[in-house]
Amino acid sequence: MTAAVIEAKGVGLTFQTNGGPVHALSGVDLVIEKGDFVSFIGPSGCGKTTFLRCMAALETPTEGSLTVNGMSAEAARQARAYGYVFQAAGLYPWRTIGGNIRLPLEIMGFSKAEQAERVARVLELVELSKFENSFPWQLSGGMQQRASIARALSFDADILLMDEPFGALDEIVRDHLNEQLLALWARTEKTICFVTHSIPEAVYLSTKIVVMSPRPGRIAEVIESPLPRERPLDIRDTPEFIEIAHRVRDGLRAGHSYED
Amino acid sequence: MKSFGPVLVVVGCILALWYGAAVLMNAQWERDQAGRAGEAIGWAQIVPKTMAQERPVLPAPHQVAAEFWALTWGEEVGGRRGIVQSGSLSNRGLVLHAWVTFSATMLGFAIGSGFGILLAVGIVHNRAMDASVMPWAIASQTIPIVAIAPMIIVVLNSVGVAGLIPKAIIAAYLSFFPVVVGMVKGLRSPDGMQLDLLRTYNASAAQGLWNLRLPASMPYLFASLKVGVAASFVGTIVAELPLGGAGLGTRLLAGSYYGQTIQIWATLVMASLLAAGLVAVVGSIQSRVLARMGMGA
Repeated sequence: MTAAVIEAKGVGLTFQTNGGPVHALSGVDLVIEKGDFVSFIGPSGCGKTTFLRCMAALETPTEGSLTVNGMSAEAARQARAYGYVFQAAGLYPWRTIGGNIRLPLEIMGFSKAEQAERVARVLELVELSKFENSFPWQLSGGMQQRASIARALSFDADILLMDEPFGALDEIVRDHLNEQLLALWARTEKTICFVTHSIPEAVYLSTKIVVMSPRPGRIAEVIESPLPRERPLDIRDTPEFIEIAHRVRDGLRAGHSYED
Repeated sequence: MKSFGPVLVVVGCILALWYGAAVLMNAQWERDQAGRAGEAIGWAQIVPKTMAQERPVLPAPHQVAAEFWALTWGEEVGGRRGIVQSGSLSNRGLVLHAWVTFSATMLGFAIGSGFGILLAVGIVHNRAMDASVMPWAIASQTIPIVAIAPMIIVVLNSVGVAGLIPKAIIAAYLSFFPVVVGMVKGLRSPDGMQLDLLRTYNASAAQGLWNLRLPASMPYLFASLKVGVAASFVGTIVAELPLGGAGLGTRLLAGSYYGQTIQIWATLVMASLLAAGLVAVVGSIQSRVLARMGMGA
């Protein structure tokens, strides 16, 4: 568990806009190791999503170096090194749930038999086996988001990048999905980067919490969680959990006072 | 089916207005006739006469209906040149002319929508085409088709292309435009997130077109096809006006040369039935395709 999967050194990203340059990211140094569950938390505009998009090579940093699996982020994208889960499920309405999960497999040229086998496997992983032939509109928002996670898992990339995947869901569904996500992480041993707004969610899920602050977007603090990997939901009532949540909140507050 | 009540009320109103207008517009001719004969004529005599003229200014609906029946069923089943007695469609009947117009419309529609879809794909995938094609497509539609159609036909005739093709080209000229506009919008309808998703799979442009852009554009495509098929039909009729031979457009012009108003109206009825049928067929394909795609219309 020491191999660095993602290494960022002095990563910065400046957008040129009509109103002048906008520093979305500045001086980001971070090492993510294999099997880590890393949460990125911070207020809007702190660059957490931007950094995730840089790792996915959906944005290109203007400064610094960023490697994914030992290669450039762009090469990693072309090697299909990661699965990406967006804020919205973004399932194609004209494909069934099974068809949506098959989409990346078709694009990547898996054989028909392998496609069917993988679709069945990831649907079971997110407990949607009964819905393979349903259309997305027949599923609830939480189920759609689970299907989109299954889609990201289907081609077995080692890295899972998740951009506020549960942000639009209510708290009960969210708790349930958080639990499932941890179970899935334990079973698949993937490296997960997870962007969130929620302190309890970040603390509950992560082995490492990256607290970010805005203007310019940067890392304020990296908190290593001492919590065990096995986490029942009621771990959130333990003193250790509450203490880490406090540290995250303090980190966020420190970041905010900077701009005043 | 939905209730026919409201539809019948509207049809009834139109028929009543039509009869009223027929009486008023045809009355003058009856008065002139009576004047020439030195007779006095009152409304009681004028009204029935206005509905039975041979060349009325405005034929009454039942005259049009009778003519339509005579030129379709009557001509084909009972006529010497009809399909029953001669084995081929009568050139006096409307069915042959409708078929000729229909086939040119379909060919033009196929060429026009195919060309329109290809142009739209090019515009969406190629910056140079995006910047250059659209203004020309818009300019092409600002030229009055009535002005350009005879020239296209003359030019094509001089290089030996005659018959169905010139008409189909004019139909295509009118029908490609709505398809281009609709398809460009449709192919661009996927949002940034859906395009990013394909980028994370490292999908090629062709895979993106096939898996995302084309399916997402289907509702737009069908909306434009409905406009396109109607435009194609109008284009064919306009193209037929200067031509001899068969076709509803030729038939309309011939009717107006000889003052055959009843025949013109019967032809118009045929034309509108055909156009409505074409749009309805596109509509039913649309609802079937979208229902199968899980996007129920």
